[in-house]
Amino acid sequence: MTKPKTIIEKIWEKNIVHEEGNRAILYIDLHLVHEVTSPQAFEGLRMNHRKVRQPNRTFATMDHNVPTKDITNIKDEISKIQMDTLRKNCEEFGISLAGMGHKHQGIVHVIGPELGLTQPGKTIVCGDSHTSTHGAFGALAFGIGTSEVEHVLATQTVWQAKPKTLNVQFDGKLGDGVTAKDLILALIGKYGIGFGSGYVIEYTGEAIRNLSMEGRMTICNMSIEGGARAGLVSPDQTTIDFIEGREFAPKGEAFEQAKQEWLALASDEDAEYDKTIIFNASEVEPQVSWGTNPGQTVSISDLVPNPDHAKTENDKNEIKHALEYMGLEADTPIKDITIEHVFIGSCTNSRLADLEQAASIIKGQKVHPNVKAVVVPGSRSVKVAAEKQGLDKLFLEAGFEWREPGCSSCLGMNDDIIPPGERCASTSNRNFEGRQGNDARTHLVSPQMATAAAIAGHFVDVRTLA
Amino acid sequence: MEPFKQHTGLVYPLNRTNVDTDQIIPKQFLKRISRQGFGQYLFYNWRFDKKDRPREDFSLNFPKYKGTSILVSGENFGSGSSREHAPWALQDYGFKVIIAPSFADIFSNNCTKNGLLPVVLTDAEVSQLIKNAESDSYHLTVDLENLKVYDDKGFETSFTIDEYSRSMLLNGWDEIAVTLTHEDKITEFEKHHVVY
Ligand code: SF4
Repeated sequence: MTKPKTIIEKIWEKNIVHEEGNRAILYIDLHLVHEVTSPQAFEGLRMNHRKVRQPNRTFATMDHNVPTKDITNIKDEISKIQMDTLRKNCEEFGISLAGMGHKHQGIVHVIGPELGLTQPGKTIVCGDSHTSTHGAFGALAFGIGTSEVEHVLATQTVWQAKPKTLNVQFDGKLGDGVTAKDLILALIGKYGIGFGSGYVIEYTGEAIRNLSMEGRMTICNMSIEGGARAGLVSPDQTTIDFIEGREFAPKGEAFEQAKQEWLALASDEDAEYDKTIIFNASEVEPQVSWGTNPGQTVSISDLVPNPDHAKTENDKNEIKHALEYMGLEADTPIKDITIEHVFIGSCTNSRLADLEQAASIIKGQKVHPNVKAVVVPGSRSVKVAAEKQGLDKLFLEAGFEWREPGCSSCLGMNDDIIPPGERCASTSNRNFEGRQGNDARTHLVSPQMATAAAIAGHFVDVRTLA
Repeated sequence: MEPFKQHTGLVYPLNRTNVDTDQIIPKQFLKRISRQGFGQYLFYNWRFDKKDRPREDFSLNFPKYKGTSILVSGENFGSGSSREHAPWALQDYGFKVIIAPSFADIFSNNCTKNGLLPVVLTDAEVSQLIKNAESDSYHLTVDLENLKVYDDKGFETSFTIDEYSRSMLLNGWDEIAVTLTHEDKITEFEKHHVVY
């Protein structure tokens, strides 16, 4: 009998081109490209007279710089240069591009799955740390730097050390009003932002099996926030159902063939992991981050931590520093924190299911007069689908803004910047200092929690809403 | 890439943990399309005030750290975004070595690919170095051939780095050229590999 294997080992072995000690040249099945981390890579190719080895396994889009109010009006000259550069590079090297206004344009981690490009068993890279999102499909997907982008363009491979495997097993069922976002925030809140370092995480357990593909993407998306370079979920029927019929998915006979192979990739029973964490999902409450990294997160019914209760001198300083930046007093109930902004979007929570969840809280109510709330669909397809359902009207009538697809306020690289000192409830993945704008204060929450805060003007426990 | 064998330089202590790449180079500066010129934006939100004037209370602006080339900081240095602009900015500013108890994965990768050496030392050693550099003008030598870090006052320790990164750095190799020596294997692999 052969030794039981994890999906991580199966994909790794399938894609090795050459091994040297613990390192290998790993073949890349899909390379996603966006405008920010690619210009220097293409420049490197040109300087060395190199070509793109597999243009048809490379797919480009624009997201970070996109102006989401009016896509035809790029005010920032340098943003424009970066987008024009991507367009020219794609033309020169023969790469498909979903540029501004294209029906497939959107956040790179939203469009890959949506187009059926993201599939189980694939090795997927992108010059972006949230590439881990694609792991939801049982793909080995991780972020790379620009030198590696150039390397993949030129060779369709990357050098990788064989990853260690970490099983994060979520037992139990999620309570009402508790989402995938709360689950991953609670995990990072408990184990910190370094627990996954050096590992590829496989998320397993009842709570994961019960999640939709959107929920699984939210979880895998934030693997990097726990220090892991990649996180994935073994494929099952939910995965297959999501992929079937999508534009770049195999069709007919080929789909049946692929389906069998995909399902066989799931981790074998009794497969061994280098480490296992067991986490009870049924006890998780809605989460709100209070500090300046995603590990600084507590439950909605908690208080802002007090540095005097910290275990180490180092923790104490970190808490103090974070409270100062966030403009918060220790021991303040999370529910008493008032906000000025709400951002619903980003590759963590901007898919149709996320927007539906966010809209379900509105129930005819209005955004609080002190709050500016914005909804940014993750892609053009999400936007079109949401409008078909009338979600745009629901949001607009409640006083939200309804925008064009892009990264928007997830990072202040475009026009959607949170002003200094102002506070934002955000469905994105990072609450680092300055992430949403200079001195902007970010609280990470689920889409439901974001809507509830938009209406109340402060954080509320969605479970208490009738 | 320039080969890296040994370097002696002035140490700058950044006594913080979890310094993320958004701090190292804020995103508003990611829009350039070449690799050069990012040093002026390094730690921008810490180094400059709202009116873009250097902040006197941020230590990197202290005259005594002028010309520094070795940065020592707390654990999990370089977390967050995968932006290679972070090592580019550190390097363009003049840093050749970063010492910390631990580094974020992608960041560490990005460093070695650009000839910037990440050195992992223990918590205690890092605290000692930070203390030395805070109180005095403090120089260290980092020797990649012999995997040693030492000063001229008796501090000496060794470190490890994976052999692959070490030889890339020592030789200043272009990784793509190295990989392309295996091109026949890639071609062979592609003949049998199914991608749907
Ligand atoms: S939405 Fe945010 S995290 Fe996701 S790719 Fe865009 S900038 Fe990065």
